[in-house]
Amino acid sequence: MTASAFLSQLLQLGVALLLAPLLAGWVSQCRAWLQNKSAPSLLLPYRTIHKLFIKDAVVAHNASPIFRVAPYIVFGAMCCAAAIVPSLSTGLPFAQAADTIALVGLFALARVFIALAAMDIGTAFGSLGARREMFVGFLAEPALLMVLFTASLISGSTSLPTIVDSLAHRDLAIYPSLAFAGVAFTMVSLAENARIPVDNPATHLELTMIHEAMILEYSARHLALIEWASALKLFNYSCIGIAIFVPFGIAAGSDDWAAILGAAPALAAKLAIGGFVLALIETLSAKMRIFRAPEFLGTAFLLAVLAMLVHLLLGT
Amino acid sequence: MSPGPLALVLAALLAWLAIGTLGLARARELVFVSRVLFPVGALAGLVLAAAGVIALGAPAQALVVPLGLPDLPFHLRLDALSAFFLILLGAVGAAISVFSAGYFRSSEGTAPGLVCFHYHVFLASMALVLLADDAYVFMVAWESMALSSYFLVTTEHRIAEIRRAGFLYLLIAHVGAIGILLCFGVLQGGSGDYSFDAMRAAKLAGHWPSVAFLLALFGFGAKAGILPLHVWLPEAHPAAPSPASALMSAVMLKTAIYGLLRVSFDLLDAQLWWWGVIALSLGLATALFGVVFAAVQTDMKRLLAYSSIENIGIIVCGIGLTVIFKSHGKTLLAAITMTAVLYHALNHAFFKSLLFLATGSVLHATRERSLGKLGGLIHRMPWVAWLALVGTLAISGLPPLNGFVSEWLLLQAFLFTPSLPQSFVNMLVPVAAAALALAAALAAYVMVKFYGIVFLGQPREPGLAQAHDAGRLERVGLVFLAAGCVLLGLFPVQVIALLDPVNEMLVGSTAGRGVAQNWLLLAPINADRASYSPLIVFLVVGAIVLLTTLLVRRFYHGRVRRADPWDCGFPLQTPRMQDTAEGFGQPIRQVFEPFFRLQRQLPSPFDAAPKYSARADDHWWHWLYLPIARAAEACGRFFGLIQQGRISVYLTYSFVTLLVLLLFVQ
Repeated sequence: MTASAFLSQLLQLGVALLLAPLLAGWVSQCRAWLQNKSAPSLLLPYRTIHKLFIKDAVVAHNASPIFRVAPYIVFGAMCCAAAIVPSLSTGLPFAQAADTIALVGLFALARVFIALAAMDIGTAFGSLGARREMFVGFLAEPALLMVLFTASLISGSTSLPTIVDSLAHRDLAIYPSLAFAGVAFTMVSLAENARIPVDNPATHLELTMIHEAMILEYSARHLALIEWASALKLFNYSCIGIAIFVPFGIAAGSDDWAAILGAAPALAAKLAIGGFVLALIETLSAKMRIFRAPEFLGTAFLLAVLAMLVHLLLGT
Repeated sequence: MSPGPLALVLAALLAWLAIGTLGLARARELVFVSRVLFPVGALAGLVLAAAGVIALGAPAQALVVPLGLPDLPFHLRLDALSAFFLILLGAVGAAISVFSAGYFRSSEGTAPGLVCFHYHVFLASMALVLLADDAYVFMVAWESMALSSYFLVTTEHRIAEIRRAGFLYLLIAHVGAIGILLCFGVLQGGSGDYSFDAMRAAKLAGHWPSVAFLLALFGFGAKAGILPLHVWLPEAHPAAPSPASALMSAVMLKTAIYGLLRVSFDLLDAQLWWWGVIALSLGLATALFGVVFAAVQTDMKRLLAYSSIENIGIIVCGIGLTVIFKSHGKTLLAAITMTAVLYHALNHAFFKSLLFLATGSVLHATRERSLGKLGGLIHRMPWVAWLALVGTLAISGLPPLNGFVSEWLLLQAFLFTPSLPQSFVNMLVPVAAAALALAAALAAYVMVKFYGIVFLGQPREPGLAQAHDAGRLERVGLVFLAAGCVLLGLFPVQVIALLDPVNEMLVGSTAGRGVAQNWLLLAPINADRASYSPLIVFLVVGAIVLLTTLLVRRFYHGRVRRADPWDCGFPLQTPRMQDTAEGFGQPIRQVFEPFFRLQRQLPSPFDAAPKYSARADDHWWHWLYLPIARAAEACGRFFGLIQQGRISVYLTYSFVTLLVLLLFVQ
């Protein structure tokens, strides 16, 4: 590992950590505009996180250490995931230690810990949220894996930087397999990031909430870490989407620093568009009943499998 | 006797038999049996595992023991495949023995010395199954394994339900044994020589190899719990004492896998691609079936039993893939899938025995097996709870623990299948990968349910406040297994290097050449295609967790205030309002409704004492087993009509038979 590779790794991890709340703020701003509301400040997520860190943590009497450790592990897993996903350049030495399957594994690790923590206090909402989260996850996770497999089959590698390197250098054309995978990926991202139509990040209505139900008992620094981790998750998913479907502009390797820094505007533009599209989808669709979620995610799963089959049939 | 690992193995085997006999001699002396005999048995297990490690690298050793019938001596052989399974048996068996030393108490059922006898005969017969080098020894050992485990299952034989479960187990074990016997009959190819050497040399013509493979799949499948012969697992595991269920699930199911590997890769000299397709499809069906049923269970040991069915499904699916690769001459890929198979067998042995033993401790502490009556045990039984957490994360296939490594290897193998000659198989593979991923994700659901309901939350019954943690010996066993899960997870490259002689022997290629480029990085083909390093992932996540904690303390503070739970401000919260096992499984029950035979009782809105009950039964009972049982009964009744019990009637029968035969002769 050269010094420049290490620097590129650190830079991208830092970018993810710092930009993630901004992306979350941008999405809620777009959402407010689209819904004719006055928008909150773009920097609101940073202020929220800062405010939460200042407060005293309130923990229930019967909370076990799992409850207190979980936010840190979820945050650690998301940081780790952010270190695998190329955002500015493919010079990510850490990606050798964890490929796309491990990436899905890291997301699952975070999910399992947050669900266990939700069950730890033993409130009605906590276990309800945990159950629903695992329920959504059991279909979303394989669907995500299949999307990543399609990309892996095309590029002959499961390492994300290698996938990006090979996908970025293909001719500009519509690949049917990637088109299917793209639709599936969008659906999975909505579900995994607790967005409408599967979940609503802005609700505390007991009948509909999933993610919020799990973190009801959290406060202060624990909540701050979870919020940050959720923002990181959104950022990671956006970067995975960019890396697979619109990888153009991501610098190759870690030696050409001009290209790495030059990739920043492209990344910002893609994230801005992606965030706006997310807000648009959230505005245009209605939250569905929890038992419609399997249909939604089952469709995503089948589309992703279809993408793989199409790739094998057509060879593209 | 020749020196070397085989001698060590035989010494351990004889030690187990001696311990068993000693237990029989002093059947009622609990302290002697539990504090002396079981720990010595654990030592013998460690010796066995050590001998296995030595034998993995060494050439095969054979021995003919003049036991048994006059012209049928016992042929024993210790090669790489046996050695690997002996390591599994020795290491996991040792941990379970230590745990058992603290576990068994005098009860209403079988005397402790008798349990000790069954237990050690069970261990010894499993070791003998792995050593057998002719069909005769194999069947003798196989049957003693079935019988001794039957007696272990029925330890609490005063309970009718347990006797029934034991009977079912014995029945299916014997149906399977017939399959294995017939399989050996086909394999010897008419030579009349039942030693494995002769079977290796025999060239079977025409369809006979396929018949042998299918018989082996059926026979060993009955022991392993492949669909539709899985029904005994969810009955027998809850009935048996926890160490026995752990031993059966962790090791005995693996002897069936051993048998399947032995027959299909060692005794049969060629493999056909469609055998692989059958094994792959059966394995996937079993995996999905097992995990879906595990999700709706309310009894913690039944839940684990169904999860064993799932894991066996994954292993069989890997075997199928290996057969496909091998039949097309892709030995490197075959070596990778074989590694995944062996690795998963080892992983499953560790985490499943860990979880079964943990349920044993819970059972002792609370006398409760039903998930709906547990909860909050992490406060009462911290040792068991934290060690079970390791097992839970491992079985859910989460990095950086061991369950993830084998799943990773298997998925990698799936990804690099294309370019097989049959396009049909090429199409099957992504679908199979998808099904496997689905099963893995559902496993996480199941394990969150298991762990969350047993150990987290508030105690659902007042009696749980008196629960006590596991004793010292039990803890030693659990710690050993949990450490195994962690080490197998963190150092895959070293483990795979150790497994490679088995690959060499079975598929004629090593995975290690591609894998061990770097002691840190697991890269089956080359680092550009795929690589994974659990140690680095673990260290990085750990470092981030530590760093975050320190930074938050440094820049803000680490103050904590304890208060009542918030729960949206609802003040009347009781432990009964937590999700029950039924509640947690309900979404799965709804989504996979056609899988189950549902029986629901819903209360009417005006019911003063409303009762709700839901049962999710197995369709196979009603589609397959009950019709067979009914047919057998009808047959019996018909022959009952003929049986009059009077000698004159029987003489008439003989007379009529004679007449008919005379007609034929003419």
